Amino acid sequence: MLAPYPQLIRAGYRRYAGYRQAALAGLFTNLVFGLLRAAVLAAVLAERGTVAGYDLATATTYVWLGQGLLAVVLLWGNTEFSDRVRSGDIVVDLGRPWDLQTAQLATDLGRAGAAVGIRLLPPIAVGALFFPFRWPAWPLTWLVFALSVLLGVVVSFAIRFLLSCTAFWLLDARGTMALWGASSGVLTGLVVPLSWFPAWAQAVLWWTPFPAVLQSPIDAFTERGDPLGLLAHQLVWAAVLLLVGRAMLFRGIRRLVVQGG
Amino acid sequence: MAEPAGSAVVYGRIVASRLRGQLAYRTSFALDLTAQAIGQTIELFVIVVVFTQVSTLGGFTAGEVLLIFGLAACGFGLADLCVGQVERLPEYIRTGEFDVMLLRPLGTLPQLLSADVALKRVGRLGVGLAVYGWSLARLDLAWTPLRALVAVTAPLVGAVVLGALWVAANVVSFWVVDGREVANAVTYGSSFTTSYPISVYGPWLRRLMCYAVPGAFVAYFPALALLDRPDPLGLPVALRYCAPLVAVVAVLAAGALWRQGVRHYQGTGS
Repeated sequence: MLAPYPQLIRAGYRRYAGYRQAALAGLFTNLVFGLLRAAVLAAVLAERGTVAGYDLATATTYVWLGQGLLAVVLLWGNTEFSDRVRSGDIVVDLGRPWDLQTAQLATDLGRAGAAVGIRLLPPIAVGALFFPFRWPAWPLTWLVFALSVLLGVVVSFAIRFLLSCTAFWLLDARGTMALWGASSGVLTGLVVPLSWFPAWAQAVLWWTPFPAVLQSPIDAFTERGDPLGLLAHQLVWAAVLLLVGRAMLFRGIRRLVVQGG
Repeated sequence: MAEPAGSAVVYGRIVASRLRGQLAYRTSFALDLTAQAIGQTIELFVIVVVFTQVSTLGGFTAGEVLLIFGLAACGFGLADLCVGQVERLPEYIRTGEFDVMLLRPLGTLPQLLSADVALKRVGRLGVGLAVYGWSLARLDLAWTPLRALVAVTAPLVGAVVLGALWVAANVVSFWVVDGREVANAVTYGSSFTTSYPISVYGPWLRRLMCYAVPGAFVAYFPALALLDRPDPLGLPVALRYCAPLVAVVAVLAAGALWRQGVRHYQGTGS
């Protein structure tokens, strides 16, 4: 029997690609916010030519990549998994012949793959066509960028998985997810480039997994910093968070009580 | 729409029951409330970070931008608390719940708005009020009776403008399946736009998000009235005091759009 994971990747891809209207609506919102964010950053740079190495082209590239990548890494998840914990449907998932975390990761990778075409390329196109845009200077950057996006998806998934697992204890994971939803924009570098932060805040944030979700792939594309160090940071955090997620899942299962017959 | 005299009591009971329900999951509610406060604080943090790099933005100092931000946040917080539930319209339409509302002898919009009042949104409003109060105290404004009136009414008027805007934007859900994202672009987009001086936006973005969608009247113009400073865009001084008028027009327009939407509504079938 074939392992189910490649098929789950494909299923995740098809499922996301199927909801075209929802994807377009989301894209519309991303584009509107891209225009607003780009305007604010441009106003900042109008006062001072470059800020922390960001000139206008780098800043608008940063904005449009961020607006696309936030849908690819799925920065703000849904409550599908935690709802299944609350309703008890999770036992069905646990009974299936798969590893639950790997299966979910596979589905999420498929979803991210579909999102690259529908949600990432259009904002990049808008940025490249209508704004000053900074394309990578080195061909190898594309490979680093692709790997970095992949790792960004894994880290984002691992964070969402952890948040969903809090439902085993809290029953309703919406609170923890809302906390993440509110703070992730700043922590991951979506709303302001992390290098604009005060030095101490940058130092603290780069010890956390959060920059690995968005700022790292964007840095890879705009060729800021050491690409190997950047990927290593992402890789370490992806591994750590996935392992912590597993531990949390297995502890959570032990306290799971499903009612009904 | 003529409603029974007791409808206020009915809405009061509905809202009270919703609030009790939300307080039932205590930890989750506390986290939700904190998340709302953090969400607003983070937008504040962005402005602070920006001002560590520059001394003015769009011709405004940090203190002036914070006044605009505080006003916008109060307006947003109030509107979100009272009208934010309207963004769940697509869910009500999809599940058929909206049909039930049409059958009840109460207005559809008030029913929708009272159906799921989210108390957690107080968190956002709290941060907004704090920033607004702090800015007013710190900016050393030249107070006149008119300015005092603007200071008190501006958050309320801003909330009415934003609330009307949200209702109008969400009416799209009567025509488009799951129009929530599109409406979000207007509602949350306007929250973003109103938090900054409108002089940071390019001309056509300003036309769209500040005048056509009257975001400029939520915080920018009232802030100019309070600050009594020249407008970098050189717009007429009278505009600074026009927000209440804009609010009335916005409410009338939103009401008309809503009725049009309900008339067009055909249910989800099956």
